[in-house]
Amino acid sequence: MKIEIKNGRVIDPAQGIDRVTSLFIAAGKIAAIGTAPPGWHAHRAIDARGLVVCPGLIDCSARLREPGFEYKATLESEMEAAVAGGVTSLACPPDTDPPLDEPGLVEMLKHRARLSNRAHVYPIGALTVKLAGTTLTEMSELAEAGCVAFSHADVPLVDTQLLFRAMQYAATFDHRVWLRPQDPHLGKGGVAHDGEVATRLGLPAIPAVAETIALATIFALIRETRVNVHLCRLSTAEGVAMVRAAKQEGLRVTCDVAVHHLHLCDADIGWFDAQMHVAPPFRGTRDRAALRAGLIDGTIDVICSDHTPVDDDGKQLPFAEAEPGVTGLELLLPLTLKWAAEERIGLPAALAKITRAPASLLGIDAGTLATGHPADVCVFDPSAQWIVDRSSLKSQGKNTPFLGLEVPGRVKYTLIEGALAGAVVPASANA
Amino acid sequence: MTRNPQLNANGELTHLLTLEGLPADVIRSILDTAEPFASISEREVKKVPLLRGKAVFNLFFENSTRTRTTFEIAAKRLSADVINLNIGVSSTSKGETLLDTVDNLVAMNADMFVVRHAQSGAPHLIAAHLNHHRQTHVHVVNAGDGRHAHPTQGLLDLYTIRHYKRDFSNLTVGIVGDVLHSRVARSLIHGLTALGTPEVRVIGPRTLMPARVEAMGVRVFTDMNAGLAGCDVVVMLRLQSERMKGALLPSPGEYFKHYGLTQHKLAVAKPDVIVMHPGPMNRGVEIDSAVADGERSVILPQVTFGIAVRMAVMSIISGN
Repeated sequence: MKIEIKNGRVIDPAQGIDRVTSLFIAAGKIAAIGTAPPGWHAHRAIDARGLVVCPGLIDCSARLREPGFEYKATLESEMEAAVAGGVTSLACPPDTDPPLDEPGLVEMLKHRARLSNRAHVYPIGALTVKLAGTTLTEMSELAEAGCVAFSHADVPLVDTQLLFRAMQYAATFDHRVWLRPQDPHLGKGGVAHDGEVATRLGLPAIPAVAETIALATIFALIRETRVNVHLCRLSTAEGVAMVRAAKQEGLRVTCDVAVHHLHLCDADIGWFDAQMHVAPPFRGTRDRAALRAGLIDGTIDVICSDHTPVDDDGKQLPFAEAEPGVTGLELLLPLTLKWAAEERIGLPAALAKITRAPASLLGIDAGTLATGHPADVCVFDPSAQWIVDRSSLKSQGKNTPFLGLEVPGRVKYTLIEGALAGAVVPASANA
Repeated sequence: MTRNPQLNANGELTHLLTLEGLPADVIRSILDTAEPFASISEREVKKVPLLRGKAVFNLFFENSTRTRTTFEIAAKRLSADVINLNIGVSSTSKGETLLDTVDNLVAMNADMFVVRHAQSGAPHLIAAHLNHHRQTHVHVVNAGDGRHAHPTQGLLDLYTIRHYKRDFSNLTVGIVGDVLHSRVARSLIHGLTALGTPEVRVIGPRTLMPARVEAMGVRVFTDMNAGLAGCDVVVMLRLQSERMKGALLPSPGEYFKHYGLTQHKLAVAKPDVIVMHPGPMNRGVEIDSAVADGERSVILPQVTFGIAVRMAVMSIISGN
């Protein structure tokens, strides 16, 4: 199948390309940009006039809820959400039930994902067996089965000696370790940022020092082990400053932020809105500003959705009892565009945070439109505004604090290895 | 932020969830309404027919004999039918959710829920659920949610202060103890600031002070003597026994040494100071018996006023 995407604004941050031209796809790969290859004859042409053509988005944290939580979401529903969001590759954290702690589970997940014929799925393996924090997993076996990194998801890793050993072991075989910096003791029982909102509402709090102490521990252990660490879901201004300093020092660290943290803060909890219950918690406006600044200056490498579909029952509870998390695959692009527009950041720089940067983090052949690479492509209308509502979301989880918000950017086509993964929405719908 | 869920589109009180954001006029009208109810309670026939035929469900997810009893008395004096549900030992232990329980009781034609819950925000969830399903004839009274609010306690505290001091505009009020975990303190602070109290102080060790509490409009004191100096009103908070020994405080004895209210410590307050406590008291931990039973104490009148205030709240939110 040969496809020509014509007259679109082709943006490939990895190659520094941003111009209106044509993209040629053949045999599942990018065949050319601009000039048709010799003897070119397209089976299908897509008119992308007024649209942006960019590498398929890569979401470095999306929970598919399989195995174990099929009542919250299934692989099918969430893969459809990925396509609708222009996401062609995603990494899923190991906090399934059972956790991704043995090769058979990882192979099954990869197999099921391949059958769905949609986004590429890259599992993050569990750092410890059952995420129980006592025994290391067989990281090499898991890596062979397809794990691209190892993490403890949001499960507290209490034993610092075990963390040290996990990092030493991972460093031995050059596995990447992903950690969400939160001190398990200081974060214990907390559900909101330790500030005036939590005080007013009487919600148990997580202080900013829960993040900075964990970062200090992680940095000290990186200096000892030289392991390659990715920091997940930064949330505080102080944390951003520490990561900036660590990078200047030359430590091997990268980090990400969840896209909703660029837009919301603790005041948005309002009267106990359980949709605002996320981990880490929404913090103050100063923190939100620091996260935005950290993205711009490169301290924060990647934006992810931290997609966590939760069923209605899981949210129809008092704030602290409600399950944390937001559905996000379909809002990664719109919320990134919204951030970029507000900060007056050009599309290439913004898209880099959800294409090239996560590709490099995951070490995968994706996130570029360079000739010869897999034709994972997202075509979207940057000027289309749409209102987020339950019916517009393909994800089984309708849990998002952005319901009712008008957002920019509507995905028109998602191509995976050169194949159209379903036209996403009728051009007229909800635009 | 969404509209204050306890007010309807006309700004009328349909639920009582918190004192935060309540206009001073609304608070004053509740206190004014409570005045005649206080005298009803002294009559031989202590009943008025305002809630006759109404079903009031006491929905207590957390045990509290005292608060439940005062609500029950208040509802009965308004001629309502009162049904007590101790949910902690019934349906939720069978896996029913909070809102399932509510829906079932609405189907039994409940008119009012008096809710006590260990989680902050639970009454808001119930009120939002009822509003969402257009069950606007069903009213919710928060009888204490987690650390968040205890608005009828706050109102009875305001009633008590007004009874003895008449006017809030030149008062200094000191609130002493476990502010971090106290819904009583939060509700009282909102009420006092709404009514224009110029100085509200919170007094206690740093382990029992929530972050940025000064944003609620209070001054923070860690020194009891400095905090009590010149107070017109002293409100002692209850210290839960599980917090007396551990990481928050080393021992009840050391707490009493610093923050327990004695006649000696109280001497720096105004001579006509009143001493309040929401009960139940831990004598010898937060308050010395000589003070609790002394001439400055208004702790028992608080309990009496509490019934009148709860009658006022129930009758107002029912549209009377």
